[in-house]
Amino acid sequence: MTEITQKITRTVEIDSHAINFGPQHPAAHGVLRLVLEMDGEVVERADPHIGLLHRGTEKLIEYKTYMQALPYFDRLDYVSPMAQEHAFALATEKLLGIEVPERGKWIRTMFAEITRVLNHLLSLTTYALDVGALTPVLWAHEEREKLFEFHEAVSGARMHANYFRPGGVVKDMPAGLFERLSEWVEVFPKFIADLEHVLTTNRIWKARTVDIGVMTAEEALAWGFSGPCLRASGLPWDLRRSQPYDMYDQVEFNVPVGRNGDCYDRYLVRVAEMYESLKIIRQCLAKMKPGPVKCQDHKFSPPGRAEMKRSMEALIHHFKLYTEGYHVPAGATYTAVESPKGEFGVYLVADGSPRPYRCKIRSTGFAHLQAIEVMSKRHMLADAVAVIGSLDIVFGEIDR
Amino acid sequence: MAEEQIAAQESWVQELAAVPGVISVTVEGGEVVALAGRDQLYALALILRDDPRFAFEQMMDLCGVDWPERELRFDVVLNLLSVSRNARLRVIVHTNETLPVPSVHTVWPVSTWWERETWDLFGVLFSGQPDHRRILTDYGFEGHPLRKDFPLSGYVEVRYDAERESIVYEPVKLNQEFRNFDFESPWEGMITLPGDEKAGKAG
Repeated sequence: MTEITQKITRTVEIDSHAINFGPQHPAAHGVLRLVLEMDGEVVERADPHIGLLHRGTEKLIEYKTYMQALPYFDRLDYVSPMAQEHAFALATEKLLGIEVPERGKWIRTMFAEITRVLNHLLSLTTYALDVGALTPVLWAHEEREKLFEFHEAVSGARMHANYFRPGGVVKDMPAGLFERLSEWVEVFPKFIADLEHVLTTNRIWKARTVDIGVMTAEEALAWGFSGPCLRASGLPWDLRRSQPYDMYDQVEFNVPVGRNGDCYDRYLVRVAEMYESLKIIRQCLAKMKPGPVKCQDHKFSPPGRAEMKRSMEALIHHFKLYTEGYHVPAGATYTAVESPKGEFGVYLVADGSPRPYRCKIRSTGFAHLQAIEVMSKRHMLADAVAVIGSLDIVFGEIDR
Repeated sequence: MAEEQIAAQESWVQELAAVPGVISVTVEGGEVVALAGRDQLYALALILRDDPRFAFEQMMDLCGVDWPERELRFDVVLNLLSVSRNARLRVIVHTNETLPVPSVHTVWPVSTWWERETWDLFGVLFSGQPDHRRILTDYGFEGHPLRKDFPLSGYVEVRYDAERESIVYEPVKLNQEFRNFDFESPWEGMITLPGDEKAGKAG
């Protein structure tokens, strides 16, 4: 028998408790379950539980042809669908070794920027909503609806566009869209100015965001930050500039950089980026010339409807593409684009069959969300909400 | 890629091949891929981050790939990015279900969640990782869904049972058998064409 020693019990009074933030919380931007350990109203530890929206996208893609896999990318980050399609299209093109015609590249560059505005409109204004400003989100949804109309005009769908394809885009822009876009580019800065008028110098907005969730440049690098969140910490890193794809090397734009890496800087960077996106869209419209919009090799992109009715070969191509799909030579690539949220990458492994062997999706928010722990430590509960808002988190992308 | 960029890439790629722990370095379509020894991964990660010749400050991604026919069936793939040198590197380590891979979360803190994900989806173990919970799948999930031998439909389905007033898990019931269409070369793969079975025998 072991001897029973008497243990001294000491009672320490602490005001600590754990609370569940989400998964059904309007400020959780989806289905985030954040287990917060609180010391009074101060966050001691934040443990995000994710995966509540996990749909097994990567597994599903392994069972689909490359063409069938593309729509899954719209459903990842559903706030900026075309940017994700862009990454997959570029990765597949790289493995196939096919070249996109110039007009196709211009259209893709332009719609990637339209998507950026679309994303920032939602992210900034819902961020403001989380912090307590209701007005901007109501305005922004009206503006977003206009952008959805552009999506709809080219692809037929407001959100899940399925417009970018390996080899170009599905269809050319319809008649009249060019004029509508040119018109919109001129009037939209007025909206950003209004948004800035409400927020940028707003006393309450600044009180809630300045010096909240500060990330230094070193921390931001270590925690895998990218995109506006990294630039807000003072690093001028933009994939559109440093590793340009499509037509980004032929347009002029500035890379806005923040200084303090706090929630307010992340807001400022995004606002400035919208102006830059407009600049790029203007240049795309000016430089675009008529021509083919997709790869002319019908082994990879389907032939036109009219041609299919007349040419036997076109019919065979069409049939083969929509049943078997194209074979992608064995190899692997990590291709990343500067999505509105940051670096969105696709690690694509092909084995020579018409289906991807493995398609790893490097979602931006996954890395950002992980840093919530360090960003919200010793902050008030309400500041944790501001931090989540400023990171621009969408769960379709994080949970995949 | 500009010519001076290619020249710069070649110089550091050659130096990388000499670093202990690197088994081989290849360039695939402009992307540098290094195969590394599993046991030396941690030391290699430190060199890759801190040596100014490499300076990979950021780990953008860590993921697994399953090759079931291989003896060491898993690839663990680290995609690194150097923002100061504008270069990317892919480090690949081979492992299987039981051999743990050294965790690099002290080198790049971001890797914790990627490692948790790779454990969750592939069942790869990481030694030295203090937070080895599952991340993407359901609470109490069993199996590693991204392994090639895990069925697409999974094993259990979940629904709300109104009588028991709770969530219940049941084995998957597919009303229609799962059909994995194989359209790959339907003509070449077929030895006897339908309706043509007697062709060989008659002659």
